[in-house]
Amino acid sequence: MAINQTEHRPMGKSIKRKEDPRFIRGEGRYIDDISLPGMLYMNIVRSPYAHAKIVSIDTTAAMEVPGVHLIITGEDLAKMNLAWMPTLAGDVQMVLATGKVMFQYQEVAVVVAESREVAMDAAQLVAVEYEALPALVDPFRAMQPDAPVLREDREQKNNHIFHWQVGDKDDTEEMFKSAEVVVKQDVRFQRVHPSPLEPCGCIADFNKTTGKLTWYVTSQAPHAHRTVLAMVSGLPEHMIHVISPDIGGGFGNKVPVYPGYVCAIVASLQLGRPVKWIETRTENIASTGFARDYHMTAEIAANKDGIVQALRVKTLADHGAFDAAADPSKFPAGLFNIVTGSYDFKQAFVEVDGVYTNKAPGGVAYRCSFRVTEAAYLIERTMDVLAQKLNIDAADLRFRNFIKKEQFPYPSPLGWTYDSGDYEQTLKLALDKIGYAELRKEQAEKRARGEYMGIGISTFTEIVGAGPSHTFDIMGIKMFDSAEIRVHPTGKAIVRLGVRHQGQGHETTFAQIVAEELGLSAADILVEEGDTDTAPYGLGTYASRSTPTAGGAAALCARRIREKAKKIAAHLLEVSEDDVEWDGSAFNVKGLPGKSVTMDKVALAAYTNLPEGMEPGLEATYYYDPPNLTFPHGAYICVVDIDNGTGAVKVRRFLAVDDCGTVINPMIVEGQIHGGLTEGFGIAFMQDIPYDEDGNCLAPNWMDYLVPTALETPHWETDRTVTPSPHHPIGAKGVGESPNVGSPQAFVNAVVDALSPLGVTHIDMPIYPWKVWEILRKNGVTE
Amino acid sequence: MRITVTVNGREYESEVEPRTLLVYYLREHLELKGAHVGCDTTNCGACTVLLNGKPVKSCTVLAVQANGQQVMTVEGLEQDGVLHPVQQSFWEEHGLQCGYCTPGMLMSAYSLLEKKQDLTEEEIRKGISGNICRCTGYVNIVKAIQSAGRQMAEKKQLEQNQSEVIGSGN
Ligand code: FES
Ligand code: FES
Repeated sequence: MAINQTEHRPMGKSIKRKEDPRFIRGEGRYIDDISLPGMLYMNIVRSPYAHAKIVSIDTTAAMEVPGVHLIITGEDLAKMNLAWMPTLAGDVQMVLATGKVMFQYQEVAVVVAESREVAMDAAQLVAVEYEALPALVDPFRAMQPDAPVLREDREQKNNHIFHWQVGDKDDTEEMFKSAEVVVKQDVRFQRVHPSPLEPCGCIADFNKTTGKLTWYVTSQAPHAHRTVLAMVSGLPEHMIHVISPDIGGGFGNKVPVYPGYVCAIVASLQLGRPVKWIETRTENIASTGFARDYHMTAEIAANKDGIVQALRVKTLADHGAFDAAADPSKFPAGLFNIVTGSYDFKQAFVEVDGVYTNKAPGGVAYRCSFRVTEAAYLIERTMDVLAQKLNIDAADLRFRNFIKKEQFPYPSPLGWTYDSGDYEQTLKLALDKIGYAELRKEQAEKRARGEYMGIGISTFTEIVGAGPSHTFDIMGIKMFDSAEIRVHPTGKAIVRLGVRHQGQGHETTFAQIVAEELGLSAADILVEEGDTDTAPYGLGTYASRSTPTAGGAAALCARRIREKAKKIAAHLLEVSEDDVEWDGSAFNVKGLPGKSVTMDKVALAAYTNLPEGMEPGLEATYYYDPPNLTFPHGAYICVVDIDNGTGAVKVRRFLAVDDCGTVINPMIVEGQIHGGLTEGFGIAFMQDIPYDEDGNCLAPNWMDYLVPTALETPHWETDRTVTPSPHHPIGAKGVGESPNVGSPQAFVNAVVDALSPLGVTHIDMPIYPWKVWEILRKNGVTE
Repeated sequence: MRITVTVNGREYESEVEPRTLLVYYLREHLELKGAHVGCDTTNCGACTVLLNGKPVKSCTVLAVQANGQQVMTVEGLEQDGVLHPVQQSFWEEHGLQCGYCTPGMLMSAYSLLEKKQDLTEEEIRKGISGNICRCTGYVNIVKAIQSAGRQMAEKKQLEQNQSEVIGSGN
């Protein structure tokens, strides 16, 4: 049970969340809860075809519907030079289609009307005549030289978006040539979607008199969105006010700027009235920010004892019709080069090619530091393939290859410097806690009886906290983050940050960080995010970057306040500053016990009784540019039982041991892990967004794209080790995405392990019961 | 169409279009924004409210169907400034993160707990399986509902004891 917010020295304690009182009363204020006077509603006309010429668009009938105010088509936007917009990945994307449509559900026109219902009705009367073109669905086909070119707007006349490679090719090849053992595995990470419970949406409110645009939007990165908007629209940045209200989950879905947003803004600029657009679930899955869709091949060169030498990876990345990936500019495949994982590879070489197809554009970093999930899945899966080939226990193989504690800071062959870690300790704890030896014994007995039970291990390493400005930017904007603290005369404070939480509990954890540094309680501190007119500039919340970046900013900002406070304390205590020391709760006079002053007294003095010549007030701002990324890690173990008759997989146990460095609020960390594991579970067993050969999206809603309910979700077990980050101001590493990054391979490894007596070495996700059933049937286990 | 609906004990008379969904009636006509919309296929349960004491997905009920009926929403849980045990325990046990599923989840939990307080994990998981949460992974929601059940049972016991004391005094 959580403890009270009034607790002092709150760091590391399970403080009750400050945001909850409004949510449990139904008083959260999400985007669709906001209504403004005179507000209109927008509905989007979407393409039924994946690839088609637009012959004509007739809006007459729709325009005649009473209550319709405006209809915008691609041609209208083209006149304003807004038919296309830049993507975060440096590509361009159609806002509304001109000439042709490139994916099913693509935005073709918008209707703005008095009410949600009228807008919807009128949208159905917009008559669009299409001439269907053959759809290019298979990314391998799209890469062939004779494939039709989808993006005629580009100079480059093929479907190839980028080639990215990293590592030493020649060295790696040499090692493969002389290797005693080589394993090779094709691994697909299917197309999935973050699908937060609240879909995306916005209200654009342009005031023609003041010239100010207020844009309410479910945004994980309001400042970045404001800048992008200023660049695209030509509106002066200080006249754009972005407000990101309560967000009903993001998971990366609310990082990009979507065509609907631009249309709502254009409509408001034209009409001078607030325009609201809230997407449906179907629109959410079928058109905004999908994730993954990587076709990967990994090869490991090792010696007979399973000691790994080199890793080679080739990947084809399906980005859909536009490269709307949300990656830092220099990283077209994100931080995929964390793919050597927790293991001491001597050399590695990685290639990724991006390709266009007639599918929805993306892909976003779904609870992931930009393609880290794909990397972790690939290496953890392939390590198991190696273990199986050499008949070495999966845990044992990992122990043989872990980067050792003494090797940190560890330079990886693909260019990262891991900050800290103790992989052995974490895996040992996990094995002990789950009773690994007994489980293996039980498994052997069951195998003898023809029962299929599996144990899957994942010992992943993450890379989070993008990032240090020397390497990381988005559209040129450096990826630091910020905090501003104002301590009021009565010793209460307001903290504003450049990040934007979506359920992670920042209002509590950031209050804890600042309270700890200032000797206050979390109750004394109000945390505000998401308002660009008040918060300092920052790049937002995704990729587990809030604690590594803004967490550092908050701590250092508080220390800046403490420096000034110390001077004031010396004045109050009537001693020199050198004689004052901070003990975590108060300023004391060295060697004089009892002579002390607390922060609230200092705060009052900052406004009432200052030392001669000192600037009044007690405020600070800090922009924190982290020196390195942080590298959380974990050891996850999954135990499954397989139903011989149906192929259904039952996850009997799942233990996640995480190491995210210093823990700010254990309750919140645990909650993050539970949530991410549930997402990983859905990905491993239930989720895929397939397309048929005509490019029809076959899972555009929650009837076909399944999200786990309480019924099938396993009971999660958690534990932790703590290896603080040596360079982070409070030693924290970030945790939000670890469970999503670390878990899919634990599930898959468990199922493959269960079926390994049948010669199974790999099954692609999602592991539907029918896939297992087919294997069982082929092997005569069931009829 | 003119409808009269009692929501959280208060009677409202309103003019609605026949096609208006109950969830939008509550949210946009009555300004009760607790019930949320998360899907278009009756899967998520973010819109769950009680209709005559039974949980319904208010995105799949027309406002006119609620004519003359009793509706209870998350806004009706708190009584005289005191949180309902189920609200309190969601807070204590960290049963929510983004909060978007929470009102619907609370209504389903409330309806389960009204019938029975000592629920097994299995019963709870089944009972809330019409409510999707994308954030919490359900473990803490289960804990919260169990803890609320215990508090409600204790309270019931206490009231019973008191009435017995009063009874024996006669
Ligand atoms: S909104 Fe999803 S079930 Fe009602
Ligand atoms: S708390 Fe976010 S969906 Fe449940």
